[in-house]
Amino acid sequence: MLSEQEQREIKAEFAHYPQKRAACIEALKVVQKHRGWVSDDGIKAIADFLDMSPEEVDNVATFYNLVFRKPVGRHVILICDSISCWVTGYEQIKEHLFERLGIALGETTKDNRFTLLPMACLGACDHAPVIMIDDDLYHDLTPEKIDQILENYE
Amino acid sequence: MVTIHIDGTSYQVDEQQNLLEAILSLGLDLPYFCWHPAMGSVGACRQCAIKIYKDENDTQGKITMACMEPAKEGTYLSLNDAEAKEMRSHVIQWLMTNHPHDCPICDEGGECHLQDMTVMAGHAYRRHRYNKRTYRNQYLGPFINHEMNRCIQCYRCVRYYRDYAGGDDLDAFAAHNHVYFGRHEDGVLQNEFSGNLVEVCPTGVFTDKTLKSHYTRKWDLTTAPSICHHCSMGCNIIAGERYGSLRRIYARYNGKVNGYFICDRGRFGYEFVNSDKRIQQPMLRKERNADPEPTDKQTILRHIAERIQNNDRVIGIGSPIASLESNFALQQLVGENRFYGGISNSEDRLVKTVINILRQGPARTPSLKEIENADAILVLGEDLTNTAPMMALSLRQAVRNIQKKIAQKLNIPYWQDAAVREAAQEEYSPCYIATPAGTKLDEVARKSMRLAPVDIARLGFAVAHRISNDAPGVDNLSKELASLAAEIGESLKGAEHPLIVTGTSCRNENLLHASANIAAALKNAGAQPSISFTMHDANSMGLAMMNAGTLAQAKHEVQEGNADTVIILENDLYKRIDEDAATEFLDQCQHLIVLDYLHNKTTSKAEAVLPVSAFSETFGTLVNQEGRAQRFFEVHIPAEPVQAGWQWLKDLSTAAGKNAMSDWQNFHDFTRHLSNAMPQFKDIEAISPPPGYRVADQRIPRQSHRYSGRTAMHAHHNVHEKKTPQDKDSAFAFSMEGYRGQPPPSMIPLFWSPGWNSAQSINKYQIEVGGGLHGGDPGKRLIEPQEKADSPYFKNIPEPFEPGENRWLTLPGYHIFGSESLSMHTPGVAERAPGPYLSINDHDAAQLNIKDGADATYVVADRPYTLAVKINASLPRGVVELPAGLPGLPTAILPAWGKFSEASE
Amino acid sequence: MENVLTKNIRPDQRPVSLKEYEEAGGYQAARDAVKKKTPKEVQEEVKKSNLKGRGGAGFPTGVKWGFVPLGDDAPRPKYLVANADEMEPGTFKDRVLLEGDPHLLIEGMIISAFAIDAEVSYIFLRWAYKKAEAAIEKALAEAYEAGYLGKNIFGSGYNLDMFLHTSVGRYMCGEETGLLNALEGKRATPRAKPPFPQTSGLFGKPTIVNNVETLCSVPSIIAKGADWYRKLSATEDGGTKLYGVSGRVNKPGVWELPMGTTMREIIEEHAGGMRNGLRFKGALPGGASTDFLVNEHMDIPMDYANVSNAGSRLGTGTLIVLDDQTCPVGFVLNLERFFARESCGWCTPCRDGLPWVERILESIEQGDGRNEDLDLLNMHTKYLGPGLTFCALAPGAMEPLQSALKYFAEDFERHIKEKRCPWRH
Ligand SMILES: Cc1cc2nc3c(=O)[nH]c(=O)nc-3n(C[C@H](O)[C@H](O)[C@H](O)COP(=O)(O)O)c2cc1C
Ligand code: SF4
Ligand code: FES
Repeated sequence: MLSEQEQREIKAEFAHYPQKRAACIEALKVVQKHRGWVSDDGIKAIADFLDMSPEEVDNVATFYNLVFRKPVGRHVILICDSISCWVTGYEQIKEHLFERLGIALGETTKDNRFTLLPMACLGACDHAPVIMIDDDLYHDLTPEKIDQILENYE
Repeated sequence: MVTIHIDGTSYQVDEQQNLLEAILSLGLDLPYFCWHPAMGSVGACRQCAIKIYKDENDTQGKITMACMEPAKEGTYLSLNDAEAKEMRSHVIQWLMTNHPHDCPICDEGGECHLQDMTVMAGHAYRRHRYNKRTYRNQYLGPFINHEMNRCIQCYRCVRYYRDYAGGDDLDAFAAHNHVYFGRHEDGVLQNEFSGNLVEVCPTGVFTDKTLKSHYTRKWDLTTAPSICHHCSMGCNIIAGERYGSLRRIYARYNGKVNGYFICDRGRFGYEFVNSDKRIQQPMLRKERNADPEPTDKQTILRHIAERIQNNDRVIGIGSPIASLESNFALQQLVGENRFYGGISNSEDRLVKTVINILRQGPARTPSLKEIENADAILVLGEDLTNTAPMMALSLRQAVRNIQKKIAQKLNIPYWQDAAVREAAQEEYSPCYIATPAGTKLDEVARKSMRLAPVDIARLGFAVAHRISNDAPGVDNLSKELASLAAEIGESLKGAEHPLIVTGTSCRNENLLHASANIAAALKNAGAQPSISFTMHDANSMGLAMMNAGTLAQAKHEVQEGNADTVIILENDLYKRIDEDAATEFLDQCQHLIVLDYLHNKTTSKAEAVLPVSAFSETFGTLVNQEGRAQRFFEVHIPAEPVQAGWQWLKDLSTAAGKNAMSDWQNFHDFTRHLSNAMPQFKDIEAISPPPGYRVADQRIPRQSHRYSGRTAMHAHHNVHEKKTPQDKDSAFAFSMEGYRGQPPPSMIPLFWSPGWNSAQSINKYQIEVGGGLHGGDPGKRLIEPQEKADSPYFKNIPEPFEPGENRWLTLPGYHIFGSESLSMHTPGVAERAPGPYLSINDHDAAQLNIKDGADATYVVADRPYTLAVKINASLPRGVVELPAGLPGLPTAILPAWGKFSEASE
Repeated sequence: MENVLTKNIRPDQRPVSLKEYEEAGGYQAARDAVKKKTPKEVQEEVKKSNLKGRGGAGFPTGVKWGFVPLGDDAPRPKYLVANADEMEPGTFKDRVLLEGDPHLLIEGMIISAFAIDAEVSYIFLRWAYKKAEAAIEKALAEAYEAGYLGKNIFGSGYNLDMFLHTSVGRYMCGEETGLLNALEGKRATPRAKPPFPQTSGLFGKPTIVNNVETLCSVPSIIAKGADWYRKLSATEDGGTKLYGVSGRVNKPGVWELPMGTTMREIIEEHAGGMRNGLRFKGALPGGASTDFLVNEHMDIPMDYANVSNAGSRLGTGTLIVLDDQTCPVGFVLNLERFFARESCGWCTPCRDGLPWVERILESIEQGDGRNEDLDLLNMHTKYLGPGLTFCALAPGAMEPLQSALKYFAEDFERHIKEKRCPWRH
């Protein structure tokens, strides 16, 4: 079941589209915002709400890489692995994160604090290398800077 | 027609087609995957690459996907161009990067489109030196096996399942080279047409689980053309046998009837043929109360001959699931006036009304293919997905007709499937459905309404009246129904191809009358209506056309002492009439002789039981609800002494010293005599060629040229090779030898063409892709409306439905799995069938204080039934439904009034 | 030169407010267009300006608009969509506009929507642009408040709604038909063309998809005229362009320059030249899906025709520089890994070809390359070309590869011969 808050937020999106189903992506975003990720139950709840089958919702959900269909930590670190970052030190940043967090790409720390995911170009190539943690972009990174940044996330 | 130039040769092709279709229609080869003749093009697989040139002088050309390019006048193209060929072989190479190299153990092997296309495209050498990706498979229910590693991502399955068949529980997941096709989670595929995935999938991802459970290689099957026996639509099928058991059913293309597809009941319901309830031996009860004992053919023939010799008190009861020939043989044995139909009175009246309406006019009954052209539809009383599944599938295509128009306006050819769907979104042609309970087709209906049968009929009468004032009007119609009638009337009147669909499942004659009135009114208003009636059984129409007496008359004869010996053909009367009435009747018969293939309650009462062949073990002709007579052929010979009903009846006749059939040599003689004896059947002889027919002096082989183990199959019994049985009844041979070219269209035992081992070879049998078969689609229509139909309107308009005080109108609720008894012998079908239940409107339930899922005791025809309650808010108040056809439930007597007994609380 | 796109952008990059935007003359062009011109006239002016789509393909904007049915019997509603998905690796130009001057985009969209008589418009924004999202949300609210969006805008009788949609990832969302599917709440797989979105697009209705920079160029064209606009540059293409540089240069960034500025000027003057000790080896002129340019191309004007004559594409105009201390095989491997991952999975060559390319490059880079690998790579560059795949993703993916195989052939061969990556040691 979707919470009332979730329902309200999804309904607000209906006004933007001529069909209810078109709000499917918005609905996935809403559920993810509230629950951190989209579980099978989340998929079914959205399906119910939008008069779709779970298959139809999951068809969309699994296509997009920013719909998390598996649990993630409290904070998601997206590390840009595209070309400009790669040229300017991605490997070093990645290794440093691995070491600091004790996890590899796609994994979550044991304390559930961070999930580390690779991400295509974040569009900040003039300040590469970059990462995003939750909604915040961090650029011109060095290993030292990363240590500082991680402090900000509980 | 336009002219296109392929590798220097000019051809005339249809400009409605895309180039792939045009090329295939010309009989040329071009590999493809994502395109499907029934589903059009989406351009995903990139397999159908050709070279197109700007004009005659262009030598450069451009590689293009043939399926995405319209056939335009003056197109210059090459199939043989080196680059185009290379592209095609690379596409296979890419597909094979992840495809397992497991052909030797793959269920699809030998009938695999991917295998064929790999050979055709010429890719042979693997250069990909990395690991393949692997997937987890899903449990998809009792019918379909899932093996995702074999997937080549052509997207056909989801396009078929969702877009064509209207399913919503199969989809594509994930992206890039991880795309996965399946369900959201393991579980039974819900769509009634899921079995076609087996044929639609070009590899072995979706395969037939029933075949897998007694697997045999496809080329080892003995096959023959057949007709589905599981409803009145008459879908064409190919049945395949190995080691004496039926192994699978495949759709047999018929451009007029079922096209490429069949429903899951038709595909998977065949296992009754292999059932351990089959009657293997003649059974004889020496004395009335003795147990029946197996006996041999001679003894039983002699025994029965004694009973019927010089006895003018013998009557025969025919069957709507037995062939015309078997029914006719029974009629010959007992005499014209002593042959009775074997269905309930009410059913008998309904079917005969249908025939009268169809013969009279005003409207023609369309074939399934023609139904797809309808652009405004009214369904009265039928839950088509469950009573006539393939008609439901046709209607799903019909409601898209408006999308054709939308596409046309935008200059999008209709074969551009995805583009048409994107342009048209959810626009559907008008379809109105009035039924007692909600139906699956409602999702594509403009409006659907829930009414008791008489009210559905009243709505229908009102529609007729709206269309033409001459049609009688309906008094006291609610405002809501009146405005609905107006809307429906307008919509039908304005359509180019209006269609009315009704049938016998509600067992209400008013519905048939109302439908006829609408058709007549439309006709009078200058429209070109068609009208289609569904019926209960595979040969309901054929039996009714024989003008047999009714079961009530038969009973009367027995009661009056005019008959003492009753021969029943392939018909369990307990499924036709009230149980007590059946018992009473059968007990009154002094000598009861039953011919059947499965033990049932009627056979258990018989003095003598004759084991007859099931459909795949013999020949016959059935008439479907369209009035199309179609022939089915023997696939395999049953173990002796099992033989065809008509053969037993002839043997009986001869044993009793009668001449009627004594010189009929083979099946074809039965057909010939029937077409001579009854003018309404005069065309049936010509449905298929006679047994003497040969092509290039050869018979048509039932076995593929790769058929293996012929000499070894019986080696554990006998090392001598058995003589191949001779087929005296048809021009088929039980052999791999024979004519390998294209047989006449009624005699296609399997679709195969050099280089085309899968069902995709159907292209080679068609005049043009998706069109009729070379030589004409098989079957003969027996009923056409009178030239200038001047059919009077039916005038008896029923009173509106009045829910009773403490009584409920009990109606049969149909289930594709469960309401038809033969298919229930397939374990998978039984698994999919509902348990006994009673469904009732939520208000009524609340009033009675019964909860969903609770047991209630319900009394119909004085007998109590304890049933689980299913609340179905769609039902009108005052109506309850019981699942039709389930053992132990009184389907035969419905509709009837019933009531809840006190005990139910 | 006068700036068209970046003239309002504040040094602190805080988004320009409605008030500031109007004080600088903003929304006057939209007001004039909507109240005084017909859609046809707006189209004509833009056609005359020779504005070409800045999303990468460079199709003339006015011509594209011209395919949309106008008049009373045109299907409705019609849609305008701003493509703000910007996921092409190495591309970050639209971001500057979206974050810095959202009203410029809104004004450009009002005029463009009016030019096709659309009643609904969407800004399709990529998820990662959080700052832009906030700026646009605020600007949309301001514009609605001021009566510049919604019913009867500027009191003209013209109605236009504008909604923001933020995506949930995938490069394919930027491909215009994939974008339409995503807006409909579906997978962002591409659609067949024809039919083009101009006649059958979003929800089956006529739709124009334009890049953010394209749309942001429109207000000045309407305000100051096509002739004025064309004269902003010395080359045929006219106008100004956002150029960017990333990679190991001294001052990576984005600048608005006359269309046709040379690569040398962009890299050496604006980007401050190569970082200490590094030498220029090549550059992708317009995002990851363009062919390499090398030293010999330093002085060609970076406009559509000239870059195309040099064997590449102007693309998005954001250069990615490859220096001599970076392994070109690794560089291309990184690109192909991106493309393989972002393939939608619809058509065979892209879905199955790109991962193969990725693995071959990986083997070569890791010292496990074989001679026949180069043949296989060449085969892919040929058979994943335009028209052979369903959309332009895979052909785009082949552009850097095919040019790398041409310009850096020796480097590939060395990897294979020495069975190692020479840059790693
Ligand atoms: C794979 C792929 C990704 C694309 N991504 C973008 C993008 O992020 N932004 C964009 O404006 N155009 C992108 N395009 C180009 C669009 O398809 C389209 O041509 C463009 O938005 C049209 O706008 P314009 O005419 O203003 O250039 C992409 C194209 C492809 C094939
Ligand atoms: S080239 Fe093919 S698989 Fe790749 S993104 Fe386009 S359609 Fe999808
Ligand atoms: S059949 Fe033409 S692209 Fe698939």
